[in-house]
Amino acid sequence: MNFDDTPQEAAFRETARRWIEANAPRELHAELSKSSLGRIRLANHDIVDVGKAWQKKKFEGNWACLHWPREYGGRGATPIEKVIWQQEEGVYGKLTQPFQIGEGMCGPTVMAFGSEEAKRRYLPKLASGEEIWCQLFSEPSAGSDVAGLRTRAEKKGDNWVVNGQKIWTSGAHYSDYGLLIARTDPNVPKHKGLTMFFLDMKSPGVEVRPIKQANGMQEFNEVYFTDVVIPDSQRLGAVGDGWNVSLTTLMNERMSIGARLATGVPEMFELCSNLMLEDGPAIDDPAVRSKLASWAAKSSGLKYTSYRTISALSKGERPGPENSIGKLVSGMMLQDIATYAMDLQGAAGVLTGNDEETAQGQFQQMLLSSPSMRIAGGTDEILRNIIAERVLGLPGDIRVDKDVPYNKIPTKGR
Amino acid sequence: MNFDFSDDQKQLRDQARKFLAEKCPPKAVRVVLDGKTPYDKELWKGLAEMGFLGVAIPEEFGGAGAGHLELCVIAEEMGRANAPVPFSSTVYLAAEALLIAGSDAQKKKWLPAIASGEAIGTLALFEGKGNPSPKNVKLTAANGVLNGVKKPVADGAIADFAVVAARTGSSGRDSDISLFLVELRAGGVEVKSLTNLDPTRGQAEIAFKDCKAEPLGAAGEGWSILTQVLDRAAVLCAFEQVGGADRALEMGRDYALDRIAFGRPIGSFQAVKHMLADMYVSATLARSNSYYGAWALSTNAAELPEAAAAARISATQAFQHCAKNNIQVHGGMGFTWEFDCHIYYRRANAMALGLGSLSYWEDQLIDRMRKKNAA
Ligand SMILES: Cc1cc2nc3c(=O)[nH]c(=O)nc-3n(C[C@H](O)[C@H](O)[C@H](O)COP(=O)(O)OP(=O)(O)OC[C@H]3O[C@@H](n4cnc5c(N)ncnc54)[C@H](O)[C@@H]3O)c2cc1C
Ligand SMILES: Cc1cc2nc3c(=O)[nH]c(=O)nc-3n(C[C@H](O)[C@H](O)[C@H](O)COP(=O)(O)OP(=O)(O)OC[C@H]3O[C@@H](n4cnc5c(N)ncnc54)[C@H](O)[C@@H]3O)c2cc1C
Repeated sequence: MNFDDTPQEAAFRETARRWIEANAPRELHAELSKSSLGRIRLANHDIVDVGKAWQKKKFEGNWACLHWPREYGGRGATPIEKVIWQQEEGVYGKLTQPFQIGEGMCGPTVMAFGSEEAKRRYLPKLASGEEIWCQLFSEPSAGSDVAGLRTRAEKKGDNWVVNGQKIWTSGAHYSDYGLLIARTDPNVPKHKGLTMFFLDMKSPGVEVRPIKQANGMQEFNEVYFTDVVIPDSQRLGAVGDGWNVSLTTLMNERMSIGARLATGVPEMFELCSNLMLEDGPAIDDPAVRSKLASWAAKSSGLKYTSYRTISALSKGERPGPENSIGKLVSGMMLQDIATYAMDLQGAAGVLTGNDEETAQGQFQQMLLSSPSMRIAGGTDEILRNIIAERVLGLPGDIRVDKDVPYNKIPTKGR
Repeated sequence: MNFDFSDDQKQLRDQARKFLAEKCPPKAVRVVLDGKTPYDKELWKGLAEMGFLGVAIPEEFGGAGAGHLELCVIAEEMGRANAPVPFSSTVYLAAEALLIAGSDAQKKKWLPAIASGEAIGTLALFEGKGNPSPKNVKLTAANGVLNGVKKPVADGAIADFAVVAARTGSSGRDSDISLFLVELRAGGVEVKSLTNLDPTRGQAEIAFKDCKAEPLGAAGEGWSILTQVLDRAAVLCAFEQVGGADRALEMGRDYALDRIAFGRPIGSFQAVKHMLADMYVSATLARSNSYYGAWALSTNAAELPEAAAAARISATQAFQHCAKNNIQVHGGMGFTWEFDCHIYYRRANAMALGLGSLSYWEDQLIDRMRKKNAA
């Protein structure tokens, strides 16, 4: 048992470190370090602009999507090399936020199911950040139950014509391409009538409407499709095989290691160290200590769980299911920590400005943003189902709609 | 990075699991639970023969000289089997104290006897309520004799010797405490068994009256030695707790698959599924923290104090959580003496107190994190 790199890994780390030292946008380091919870606060820059600049530089140095094959814009790196890169990239990794859906989900799906021509055309531009991709899966009536989706794609000659609506599409407003799952056959059970496509977000008939989020920001959107034409060459996988294709997408989502998951613990430790209560620093209060220690132990448990996953990767094994606990644990923890931080701040905790008493409102932001962590990318309940069924081998939920043709499933006002 | 046990260590774990499945089935645990014998003597002998008691004791002192990682994998299996033997007192506490602070003569005398199963040892630290703290040590040592009462002492009624924490000064500093080694079968010692939460591991009161004792380690060094012993034991106990938590989770899962209510296995109800999923989550966090503790212990890393506290907290919470919800999954059956659920519930809650309570270790973790941040 050790944390040491193998000689090859150490050499790789050294190369990566030197390249980052020479090329990273150091002027952003301080601001990026202070940004937490996927919420990047840059005073003078737009995250998409600076993100694109960093992505391009990485691409030119062969460090973008480095685990992809060279011919598609990657470096042909091993999974463990990718982890080492992420460790070395450190806070600059936060700049990759606009590209994560493309790199983590859309790219691998194109890689697995796209034509050779499509792979060579689209993947390098995705890797270089020149083109941003979004994921068009969820719909108003199909989130957790995404296979219940209604957006229709109908074959007309060599093309497909799409009508319908997606929702919660992160980054659709700045995306160039989208990975779209649509219903191509409503006469068969719901999982069987789906097909996967990708499309140009600037196609006629695509309308992106931003949605204002509960935390006041606008990161996700509604996307409407009116007679949108997609060439059959942009189909991924067989007609009717969209569900299996989507499983590849979602599996890749889960495979990307939670090393970058925020837990809120470092921020909370700092708050408790600095915040003065009536009897002294918060961190001297036994009740505060007890909570803080429990969270710290959870957070280190997550860290070392991801180290176990990395070790499995390093030996060429597939990571085990223990990886799926990351978001479940950290999502709830962020929310609990935010609530408790404000409890400690007392009356001033209600303020959301740049107030000194509230450590610039970071926990207030955490409070307002954290609910999304427990919903996006699989809700807490769906993750528990996955653990119970896939890891512990408990029976699947009873599904009343599984073998019924999609158009015979009872609906609520569709 | 290779943050995992080696193939040899995993093989040792399999070997220990197989051995304990055979020699320590629930039936054997129940002989001790029902008070028919204070511990499983046959099992103790078997553990010695397998080389498990001395796995981390150097060869020159009669052990296998393997190391602490090997001891960790065995500890996990001991916890999984709820082994009714004085393993933690003897191996994690007494032997570790000797390894850290014993003179050559003391090591030569006691370590081979531990490895061969002839000697049972324990640590006599607590005096009633409270957590590990120099100020809670009232028993005095003067002129080579001890006076005072220790309680509770794990496995005190069956131990041959004890490492005793004694007050040798009154400055109010840690250096007021020194450690002594006492043969419990000699004069000046009065031992009384106490009933406790977990009858598969005894607790006792030991009264020392002008009892002859030899120093263990230098005078005034007692607290610093004890801190190291407790950190090591915290990691080793964490592995027992992880083993127990995993077993409780497994029992719950198996029952949920088997038990039918409302025409379905109860494991198909989400309330039950999610309860079991949450048990899996805490057991996994505890396992990962314990692995880190194992690494720190086996390399004697500067991170050991922090790693030990995190492992202790995480494993205590996980075992308590899994043992408690395992009863819940079993419904009325879980509340019977006949089902084994309560055995793990008892062990989980007794272990949560053995080296200092959860809140004590939470306090320790924060102190240690602060020290690291300051450095
Ligand atoms: C910030 C954010 C960004 C997102 N980005 C994207 C994106 O880029 N692309 C995209 O396609 N989607 C995106 N989503 C959508 C996200 O995947 C869905 O919100 C999520 O899958 C839940 O679906 P839903 O909102 O329809 O809730 P529902 O599925 O209606 O769930 C409502 C409640 O019911 C529970 N529930 C549902 N089914 C079950 C069940 N079987 N067992 C137990 N409980 C159940 C859920 O856990 C939840 O608590 C995003 C969401 C958020 C919040
Ligand atoms: C101390 C004690 C005294 C009792 N006294 C009496 C008495 O005087 N008279 C009497 O008639 N009975 C008595 N009972 C029995 C008691 O009512 C049952 O134990 C209880 O109803 C649970 O039933 P069960 O034990 O069969 O567990 P099960 O029904 O098998 O339940 C096992 C687990 O599955 C869960 N579960 C079961 N069904 C569902 C579901 N649909 N959805 C979600 N979860 C589910 C349960 O919550 C539990 O966690 C007593 C029980 C105890 C422990």
